[in-house]
Amino acid sequence: MSEHETIVGLEVHAQLATRTKMFCGCGAVFGAPPNTRTCPVCQGMPGSLPVINRRAVEFGIMTALALGCGINQHNRFARKHYYYPDMPKNYQISQYEEPLAEHGRLVIDTGPGPREIGIQRVHLEEDVGKLVHEGALETAQSSSVDFNRAGVPLMEIVSKPDLRSPDEAAAYLKTLRAIVVFLGVCDGNMEEGSLRCDANISLRPRGQAEYGTKVEIKNMNSFRNVRDALEYEIRRQTRALDTGERIVQETRLWDPDRAVTVSMRSKEFAHDYRYFPEPDLPPLDVQPAWVEEIRGRLPELPDARRTRFRQAYGLSSYEADLLTQGRGLADYFEAATQGGGKPKAVANWVLNELLRELPGDDDRAVATCPIPPANLAALLALIDDGTISGKIAKDVFEKMYRTGDTAQAIVSREGLTQVADEGALGSAVDRVLTEHVKVVEDFRAGKKAALGFLVGQVMKATQGKANPALVNRLLIEKLPKG
Amino acid sequence: MAGLASLTAHELGARYRDGTATPTQAVTECLARIEALDPQVRAFLTVTGEDARRRAALADARFRAGTPYGPLDGVPMAVKDLLCTRGIRTTCGSKILEGFVPPYDATVVARLFAAGAVLLGKLNMDEFAMGSSTENSGFFTTCNPWDLARVPGGSSGGASAVVAADMAPLTLGTDTGGSIRQPAAFSGVVGLKPTYGRVSRYGAIAFASSLDQIGPFARDAEDAALMLGTIAGADPMDSTAIDVPVPDYRATLGQGIDRLRLGVPAEYFTDGMDPEVEQAVRAAIATLEKLGARTEPVSMPHTEYGLAAYYVIAPAEASSNLARYDGVKYGLRATGARDLIDMYSKTRAAGFGNEVKRRVMLGTYVLSAGYYDAYYGQAQKVRTLVRRDFDRAFEKVDLLVAPTTPGVAFKMGEKADPLQMYLNDIFTVPVSLAGLPGVSIPGGFTQAGLPIGLQLIGRAFDEATLLRAAHAYQSVTDWHTRRPALQTGTADRTPR
Repeated sequence: MSEHETIVGLEVHAQLATRTKMFCGCGAVFGAPPNTRTCPVCQGMPGSLPVINRRAVEFGIMTALALGCGINQHNRFARKHYYYPDMPKNYQISQYEEPLAEHGRLVIDTGPGPREIGIQRVHLEEDVGKLVHEGALETAQSSSVDFNRAGVPLMEIVSKPDLRSPDEAAAYLKTLRAIVVFLGVCDGNMEEGSLRCDANISLRPRGQAEYGTKVEIKNMNSFRNVRDALEYEIRRQTRALDTGERIVQETRLWDPDRAVTVSMRSKEFAHDYRYFPEPDLPPLDVQPAWVEEIRGRLPELPDARRTRFRQAYGLSSYEADLLTQGRGLADYFEAATQGGGKPKAVANWVLNELLRELPGDDDRAVATCPIPPANLAALLALIDDGTISGKIAKDVFEKMYRTGDTAQAIVSREGLTQVADEGALGSAVDRVLTEHVKVVEDFRAGKKAALGFLVGQVMKATQGKANPALVNRLLIEKLPKG
Repeated sequence: MAGLASLTAHELGARYRDGTATPTQAVTECLARIEALDPQVRAFLTVTGEDARRRAALADARFRAGTPYGPLDGVPMAVKDLLCTRGIRTTCGSKILEGFVPPYDATVVARLFAAGAVLLGKLNMDEFAMGSSTENSGFFTTCNPWDLARVPGGSSGGASAVVAADMAPLTLGTDTGGSIRQPAAFSGVVGLKPTYGRVSRYGAIAFASSLDQIGPFARDAEDAALMLGTIAGADPMDSTAIDVPVPDYRATLGQGIDRLRLGVPAEYFTDGMDPEVEQAVRAAIATLEKLGARTEPVSMPHTEYGLAAYYVIAPAEASSNLARYDGVKYGLRATGARDLIDMYSKTRAAGFGNEVKRRVMLGTYVLSAGYYDAYYGQAQKVRTLVRRDFDRAFEKVDLLVAPTTPGVAFKMGEKADPLQMYLNDIFTVPVSLAGLPGVSIPGGFTQAGLPIGLQLIGRAFDEATLLRAAHAYQSVTDWHTRRPALQTGTADRTPR
């Protein structure tokens, strides 16, 4: 069974977060009413011509540099032909023989240690529109086309066939996503299709040098889908190989509802894309000085930031990983730390309390956070100076999130200040000791756990406002010695 | 007597300025002449009379106020129906675009409007600019004003015929392999194909993107200079329109051609050519020498391969450019289709004519996997060699002088074999492959009274020298002032 080795290569399409489209001045926005973000160029009107979006090229260069690619100073666009109604010109302007960048690498870590995955190429192209069918596709009486998305810039990142398992594929995708999100070139949203992934997968007997017949899998719009689809495909191909069947080179679609891949078209029906250099666009001449200028502006990348978080803040790998999935969360963490919060405590509160409240961990979600990092730091300071207990702090945090108020305001408004007055606490402790004679007896008999119960009772009697350390000391002082 | 309609643009401009004519008078006379003559010539696909009168009235007011826009203000003109005009149907000579009304103006049209020029209408052409006679128009064939039984040349045959027949002093055409120069030669007018990149192609419906250029038809070099100066220059909407300064072409027209070095390429005088054409061109060369030019023979050894390379590259690009006509978005959509693929095939089968289909198939084939290197790749290499021929020649000379075509206007239906038709372009195609400017000017007439074209070819972006030489030639010859004898009002009125 498992004498086969899995070979996977991924093709990732990232929608670039430019203000305008790849080849015209229309807004590249998600969710506008149909065909309101279009012009003669992105509708493929007769006589219209493309003009390259410089910002998109810059985003491509940023990504390519982050992936350690070499930038091809001379690169050019090409036309890729196939007929489909969502594509206004019936060809897509893409890059073929001379892509923007080539020969990079991405380091992934699935546990056994870091592994380098080769990046074959990074190139730019335009997105297609969207078809809206009246009812189900098979029975639809009419279909409409929305060209709002047509012409939105896409960056395609192609890995070498270096991935060896679905886990590695998922790790690659996650790492790549973090990079493009950190660079600010893509919002990384897989559900909305800002980041899409196709996989090429083949199996070969362990030890064999040649690759087996590859199958392309499309339509995997989450990390989970990628893992599930590849796992399914490994099972399907293993079964086929074990029973002496031949693998057919084909394109298969992942059906997440039925959890199977379904054949879409085989090689015999494969498109002949008839690529040729786009005559409407002169070749791009990417000046080395421009590349260096962009390199100088690159932000700290997730990998470097993760390492720094571990070393400078003493975070665990796990914490550093989670905090560097997006730039927003990492920035939030660092801002709260600079606001005076102890790094370990800030990490805890961000990863547990904050992520529980936020709608997600992406930059867009973090941007909606009603608690400024400085306010989180101030809340943690109130715990540190004994003003409130950690338990009360959680309630305060929830209220901060709901109202946007500062911790101080909530604490003083609701009288949550910790009771640290020995006299007041002393009488509460005395009351608890007289009410729980049996427990006191247990303690004296050597049952140390009884102390915790008694602390809890005092906390309860003070609605949680008592300083736990003081309660502890008072109890030990007042309890009969064994 | 054609009156104002027979004047050149610069003559009209002078009359407007001295108050002896108004744009409305000129436009009215042109429209009347179109109404009288076009039923015979059949050059217009659309006449925009109402819009023309409105624009003319605005120009009148500017002249009255003493604030005209410039030399083309109030000048009537018309454009090939391949140039997009906002709100005015644009067919590209094809049934597949019947009913298409662009929401935008081509850059050249916008520039002409901004200069005050008045659009009279849209002109007939071979479908998608594929042809040399207008016989491939999806609608009808335009007649040569010098002999109505003959073709005016193509693909911009409507644009050349209109200028020849005095229906407008200026028109715009496009040239991919000769589509301005060849009809200019056949119709006895001036036709200038600018350097590739000199004029924005935005809004020009593409045939072969790496070759297409827009250029003027006129009755003399001065008008061509005015029109080119108005439409030329970089455009943010076209990345292939190069940012090279546009000189004042008219300012240098009169400087003469003393000591200008003229190259005469041996390969442009072939055995099969019409002896009357060769004779006329040799005589023209002698005239240029009398004007002070020095001529010398040059060799362009790859000329004979130009046509073959062109008929690989142009169809390849066309097959791609024409893929968008699928019935989904605009123009024709065939009814009764079973499914999507059926809709595509039925629409394209019904909408495209035979020549377009032939070239789409040719182009699709040469770009196919396994054939690309042998055809498209090889043709690009030939293109480079052809370009080098010109580079080498221009190391020694300033201009090349040659016939525009091997023969004169032929009879309708005479060239039924597509290859015979393609051979019309052998002297114009190499210039297009090299992206260089070329102009055809009237250089004589045959015994039978048919115009002969003289082709001048220049260095990239050196249209000024071309126009200067053309102007010098026209200052000592009168071929360009001769007009066909057209009888008005004798033919049937063709309703349009």
